[in-house]
Amino acid sequence: MELILALAIGVLSGAGIWLLLRPRTFQVIMGLSLISYAVNLFIFSMGRLTQNKAPVIIDGELLPLTEYADPLPQALVLTAIVIGFAMTALFLVLLLASRGLTGTDHVDGKEDGSA
Amino acid sequence: MSSLVLIVLLPFLGSCLAALLPANARNWEAWLAGSVTLGCAVLALLQYGAVAGGDVLRTTVSWLPQYGLNLIFRMDGFAWLFTLLVSVIGFLVVLYARYYMSPEDPVPRFFSFLLAFMGAMLGVVLSGNLIQLVLFWELTSLTSFMLIGYWHHRADARRGARMAFTVTATGGLALFAGMVILGQIVGSYDLDDVLVAGDLVRAHDGYLWVLGLVALGALTKSAQFPFHFWLPRAMAAPTPVSAFLHSATMVKAGVFLLIRFWPVLAGTEAWSLIIGGAGLATLVIGAFLAIFQHDLKGLLAYSTISHLGLITLLLGIGTPLAAVAAIFHTINHATFKASLFMAAGIIDHETGTRDLRQLGGLRHLMPITTTLAMVAAAAMAGVPLLNGFLSKEMFFAETIDVSGSMNWGLPLAATLAGLFSVTYSLRFIHEVFFGPPARDLPRVPHEPPYWMRFPIEALVLACLVVGVVPGLTIGPYLHLAVVSVLGGATPEYSLSVWHGFNLPLLMSVAALGGGVLLYLVLEKCLPVRSLDKVPLLHRFDGQREFERVLMAVTGFAGRVQHRLTSQRLQPQLMWLVLVTLIAGLLPSLRGVTDLRELPMALDPAFAMMWLIGGICAVAAAYQAKYHRLAALALVGGTGLVVCLTFAWFSAPDLALTQLAVEVVTTVLILLGLRWLPRRLEPKELGIQASLRDRVRRSRDFLIATLGGGGMALLAYLVLTRDQSESIADFFLEKALPEGGGTNVVNVILVDFRGFDTFGEIAVLGIVALTVYALLRRFRPAPESIHLSQQQDDPEGYTPSKDAEEGSLLVPGLFMRALMPVLMVVSIYLFMRGHNMPGGGFVAGLVMSVAIILQYMVGGTEWVEEKLPIRPHVWISSGLLLALLTGLGAWVFGYPFLTTHSPHPVLPLVGEVPLPSAFLFDLGVFSLVVGATVLVLIALGHQSVRSHRSSAKAGDTPDENRQRGAIRWS
Repeated sequence: MELILALAIGVLSGAGIWLLLRPRTFQVIMGLSLISYAVNLFIFSMGRLTQNKAPVIIDGELLPLTEYADPLPQALVLTAIVIGFAMTALFLVLLLASRGLTGTDHVDGKEDGSA
Repeated sequence: MSSLVLIVLLPFLGSCLAALLPANARNWEAWLAGSVTLGCAVLALLQYGAVAGGDVLRTTVSWLPQYGLNLIFRMDGFAWLFTLLVSVIGFLVVLYARYYMSPEDPVPRFFSFLLAFMGAMLGVVLSGNLIQLVLFWELTSLTSFMLIGYWHHRADARRGARMAFTVTATGGLALFAGMVILGQIVGSYDLDDVLVAGDLVRAHDGYLWVLGLVALGALTKSAQFPFHFWLPRAMAAPTPVSAFLHSATMVKAGVFLLIRFWPVLAGTEAWSLIIGGAGLATLVIGAFLAIFQHDLKGLLAYSTISHLGLITLLLGIGTPLAAVAAIFHTINHATFKASLFMAAGIIDHETGTRDLRQLGGLRHLMPITTTLAMVAAAAMAGVPLLNGFLSKEMFFAETIDVSGSMNWGLPLAATLAGLFSVTYSLRFIHEVFFGPPARDLPRVPHEPPYWMRFPIEALVLACLVVGVVPGLTIGPYLHLAVVSVLGGATPEYSLSVWHGFNLPLLMSVAALGGGVLLYLVLEKCLPVRSLDKVPLLHRFDGQREFERVLMAVTGFAGRVQHRLTSQRLQPQLMWLVLVTLIAGLLPSLRGVTDLRELPMALDPAFAMMWLIGGICAVAAAYQAKYHRLAALALVGGTGLVVCLTFAWFSAPDLALTQLAVEVVTTVLILLGLRWLPRRLEPKELGIQASLRDRVRRSRDFLIATLGGGGMALLAYLVLTRDQSESIADFFLEKALPEGGGTNVVNVILVDFRGFDTFGEIAVLGIVALTVYALLRRFRPAPESIHLSQQQDDPEGYTPSKDAEEGSLLVPGLFMRALMPVLMVVSIYLFMRGHNMPGGGFVAGLVMSVAIILQYMVGGTEWVEEKLPIRPHVWISSGLLLALLTGLGAWVFGYPFLTTHSPHPVLPLVGEVPLPSAFLFDLGVFSLVVGATVLVLIALGHQSVRSHRSSAKAGDTPDENRQRGAIRWS
């Protein structure tokens, strides 16, 4: 399982980095989304992988602590997901504004080679 | 508070106060500054008893005692004399400035900077710690920059201020380095320790470094050759500033430093070579250049440079007797030069010009000023019975003393400089006050007000009295200063006016006679008035070199910046990725040698899932350029797999939130896609990618592969290792008893890390408002302005009509029915959040999905007719509620955001746990709803806006307002 998740993180970051280096704003936004997934999964996996051990205390009875997944990375990732949404929204609007103002969707606001 | 601290603090306090007074309060400012300067002088005088007894006064203010860094204020005889000099001349300058400054000038700024400068100068004088001394030293550079550039509307003032600051502050940095090395050699930064460690320092390997760096600091500050060029440009300052800076303070700080460290650094060959050499060159060149200046203040500026060169040379000579002469001349120069600057200021003030070629014959109109200026100029020229004569005589004697009988170079140079100084003094007096009365002056001159003249009178009187009876007046105080610097090495010296017929007297006579002769010859053969530039030495100006160096440095920095940076985003991101890659790979490479087994068995379903997820991601990367919709759908697919992964590995909260965010993000980008014009594939256009593009793509592909591989490796290495000690146990144990909730993740968010969450929702609110603000001014790209096919129905079918009676009738009804259901789901998720998976975030997102669904099916206009939505209210009340919940803890004496979990017993329901974190989560919920809805509707409204503006010219914000919604345009 760990191997698959590690590979998944690798594929997502690879695709994300590729898009991040592209010249079009929409590509960069998509790339950031993919990198966000990868990073969120990575942070999440810092708590190691466990199955059927959600950090919820059932019936007010605390089981041995090994019976729970690490709640801290989960809390951090939850914050990251929401902030990631805010970032996407802001970048999208910046993309639209930049497209309207500069007449191009190149990340530099001008086409390559044009002065 | 100790009086030493007070002496330094008082001017700074006065400076703050002066800055607060109204712009036209010239008198109040003068009273304030006058009392501060006088206060400092009186405080210094009060210390005389103790200092005269040979004590060194010390006050230590602890700052970082463990690092040996304390504020130490220290006053010995020399510091005492200097303090008195600075504060008394400061007082006279303030008095003078009261009359000099025009009512139009912003005087609070002037007096504020002047007092701050004086405080910095007194700080230099009274510092008992090397680092502290450098601090105040740089403060004098900074404040003098402000003072020189006081009339900042004038280009010459700005340029002069910048030049002075560049030169002196650079020197200050060198001094800092020198002081650090010195402190390291001695093992202490305490001035008292350093002053007794002279032998140790001179024998140390680092001595030359210390000497060079300290000399750089002192020589730049004292405007010594080759750093002298900033001083004439600093004449753009108001004259009271020049009188203060170039007589008793600023430039004297360099000399002060050399005298202060004379016992530590002097007495070696290198010292004589560097300090003496610079002093000698400055003495002669400065005096020569002064003769040919046309600006009154320019003449005085070069004369100042020359006199400072004299003092530096005396210090460079290195004998104790020369040091005595240096200290003496420092005081003498301060008195006559301050008075001369003030006289020049009066002439400028009264006639409107400082040009020697225009002035003349003023003795008829300003007889008193003429007399005063003549006496002061005579002191500058070294005429007997004035103070300048005494120290100059001592100087001549020293040059003979050290040269022996064979070497006549130094005495000759000294006499030559003396001769030049007579010439320029004569020129100053003759061309301003004698000769035919000037015509065409900008103003008709007359004597200035009495109190403007008073400072000059006081200073000239001092020149005279010291010059006639030196032993009775300055004698004991000078002795005090000399003993405190030289200690046991204090030589026998005589202050008497008459030493009999001897060689120094002969040199004085030669200088006087030769100077007069030179002036007469120049008048006859080479009228200075007609010269545009200084003969022979005009290249020694230094300004051109300064500009050249500055240009070179700026150009170099520009080239480096051009080489190393880019305006373009792609290279920047590439370097970011590469550096991160290397930083991440370095530590993980160590782990590669130690690959461990997999702890968990492989599940084919999970592998299948990620096969799809991975394909989605790669395909999205492939499609994002030309098929945005496809790419968006593919990214969404990956998002769903991520969501399932969270659910798979015991993170239900994350799965829920990821799902909701996925939906909202997709809707958001779909709304944005409409404004991105279609991009045609190269195939359709018949273009082939250039070689450059292909190389770039291969490179990026390589980087992406490496980056992805690195991340996979890192993740694998971490995942296969056991988790070390985690703080998770703390959260698990405390969540129920202290946080009052069983869903630990939620308790962490709203309780343990509540402050973090508070910051996060604030960011969310800010982003939503930014999006709104950006879109209010949104201008779509021209090619996407036209209506979409769906909106541009020839039969007039708008989306709202569609929802009422058209093709969307059934889905519309369905969605409307779904809304309350979704709301219930949202409330349910919220209510259970603290104890079961759910919470404010996901509940808020679901609620906004419920609202946005109505928009999607019914169209903007239809929804807003039926449903007034005020996202800004949701946002603000959410933030406020979260804040108030946090603040509530204060009321009970707990830190911000401390949770309280009461368990009230409600009728019928029974005992209900109701922690205050619940209210906080409600704030989160409200803000998330507001922010998400605001962002989505703001985007959605763009189509309506452009549709409206293309359909009819006007806009209908009023209708919107009547319905209670926000104005969108």
